[in-house]
Amino acid sequence: MSLRVAVVDDEELARGLVLEHLAAHPDVTVVAECANGLEAIEAVATHAPDLVFLDVQMPRLTGFETLELLEPRPAVVFVTAYDRWALKAFEVHAVDYLLKPFSRERFDAALARARALLGAGARGPDPSLLAAAARPEGEAIGRVAVREGTRVTVLPVEAIDWIGAEGDYVRIGSAGGSHLKLQALADLANRLPADRFVRVHRSWVVNVARLAALEEGRTAVMADGTRVPVSRAGAARLKELLPKG
Amino acid sequence: MHPILARRERLFAYVLAWVPLAGIQAYLIALPGSLSWGEAAALSGPLALVYAFLCLSSFYACRSAPLTRARTASVLGVHLVGALIAASLLTLAGSTLASLLGSFPSFATLPERFGQAVPPLFVLGVLLYLLAVTLHYILLSLESSQAAERRAMEARVLAREAELEALKAQLNPHFLFNALNSVSALTTTAPAKAREMCVLLSDFLRRSLASGERTLIPLREEIVLARQFLAVERVRYGRRLEVEEEVEESLLGALVPPLLLQPLVENAVRHGIATLIDGGTVTLRVERAGDGVRVAVENPYDAETPAPAGSGLGLSLVRRRLAAVWGRAAELEEGGDGKRFRVALVVPSGAPEGA
Repeated sequence: MSLRVAVVDDEELARGLVLEHLAAHPDVTVVAECANGLEAIEAVATHAPDLVFLDVQMPRLTGFETLELLEPRPAVVFVTAYDRWALKAFEVHAVDYLLKPFSRERFDAALARARALLGAGARGPDPSLLAAAARPEGEAIGRVAVREGTRVTVLPVEAIDWIGAEGDYVRIGSAGGSHLKLQALADLANRLPADRFVRVHRSWVVNVARLAALEEGRTAVMADGTRVPVSRAGAARLKELLPKG
Repeated sequence: MHPILARRERLFAYVLAWVPLAGIQAYLIALPGSLSWGEAAALSGPLALVYAFLCLSSFYACRSAPLTRARTASVLGVHLVGALIAASLLTLAGSTLASLLGSFPSFATLPERFGQAVPPLFVLGVLLYLLAVTLHYILLSLESSQAAERRAMEARVLAREAELEALKAQLNPHFLFNALNSVSALTTTAPAKAREMCVLLSDFLRRSLASGERTLIPLREEIVLARQFLAVERVRYGRRLEVEEEVEESLLGALVPPLLLQPLVENAVRHGIATLIDGGTVTLRVERAGDGVRVAVENPYDAETPAPAGSGLGLSLVRRRLAAVWGRAAELEEGGDGKRFRVALVVPSGAPEGA
């Protein structure tokens, strides 16, 4: 079975090593070599590889943040010197987790695993699992990466005004504009800092700092003019966070 | 804790020491001539036993009036009053005992003659009490010197721990794993470079281990170590990592604790260069700062990349080590303007005291 592969690592030597090991497998075609997550997102959109070898610590976007934005979703083998993310990697259904430096045997085993899973028709990991894994255990996220086409924007959570659910997507309002992201609202809401963001409605989350007014307790008017519906339970949650009196 | 009551072997020795004292007491109260040896002995035995325990209470007076702090006159006053009270109690106990003994036919006339034994008993009571005071002071000072020794030992252990911690931070395993991965990559494509990398890495490790064993090293050696670290990282990061130096050679003789600079350089790469797609230049600067020396490390960084958890740990360790050597005479400056981060050690150029 022929395999289309992309290699993503910010170190040229590390990429070279993966390429060298891949060269021993004549049915593998390397369709892209990327030095960071942004390049990877573009390359995956263009070449739709079956499998991606992905470093974790990279500039701008971590491997996990990158994976969250890859479309179409490939199978993934993480390659890193850190063993601390192994658990998280398997939570997002990574095919394997290679620790640098690795042997040829170990590398080939990872490749064989990928072939077996892809042959069995395994698809890429579930988006909600990815989102869950894109942050350390139990910690609120500090930023959210969004992608429009191949353009990636990294939003610090402070820059997010509101989030609304739209089918399988969330619309994230920031700096007067908005971004669409494939993610369930509940997933994102649970990961935002709880002292700043409130689920005011089944389909809405607001940043308390960007609240301009509360009309009759049922509509929140945000600093950018967006009007957000507030449910009864949402109003109660909101009250807890607002300054008393 | 009472230094005698709390330890069985000490209490035993103490009571034993009172046996000859009881003999002396018997001798002294028989001396005026009105009491027979038998009577003196019958009185002295129980009295010495009671008084031995009464004298143990002088410990509390000693503890509340330590010789180091209070004035001599007031210490003396406290103990004299104590001695007079104790001796009065001893005399009172003596006369009570004498009248009790008087109920026996053979001691029938003892209570009447006891009066003559009072002056020697009283004087001896005062002296014995003061002797007990002296003993307690000796024991107290013995214990406080043991405590001081223990504290000094603890300080040594702490210093050792800090060193170990520094060394451990130094030998960041991920730095090693990544460097080894570079070696692994170079082995087939550029064997000569792979060998060069092994040498760079070994030089760095050897120097780290050797520096870690010393308390102070010349700044020159710290700079060499930083250069070696950066040389290893340059193999890994390639064109993304450039290094620039502005070093005033005349200042490199200053003595500093080892392995202070390397964590700063490592941070510059890990939290600076590594966060930037195109990398950048790490600048190493050694310059005069008043009477001292400033060693600064500057690097570009991506302000949007959140600092990883625990990244402030390295700097706080550096700060603690600076304080341990120079107190407030040395400082660690740090700050970023959103584009470049700068951290600097400012240390006196003279050798630290006690080093």
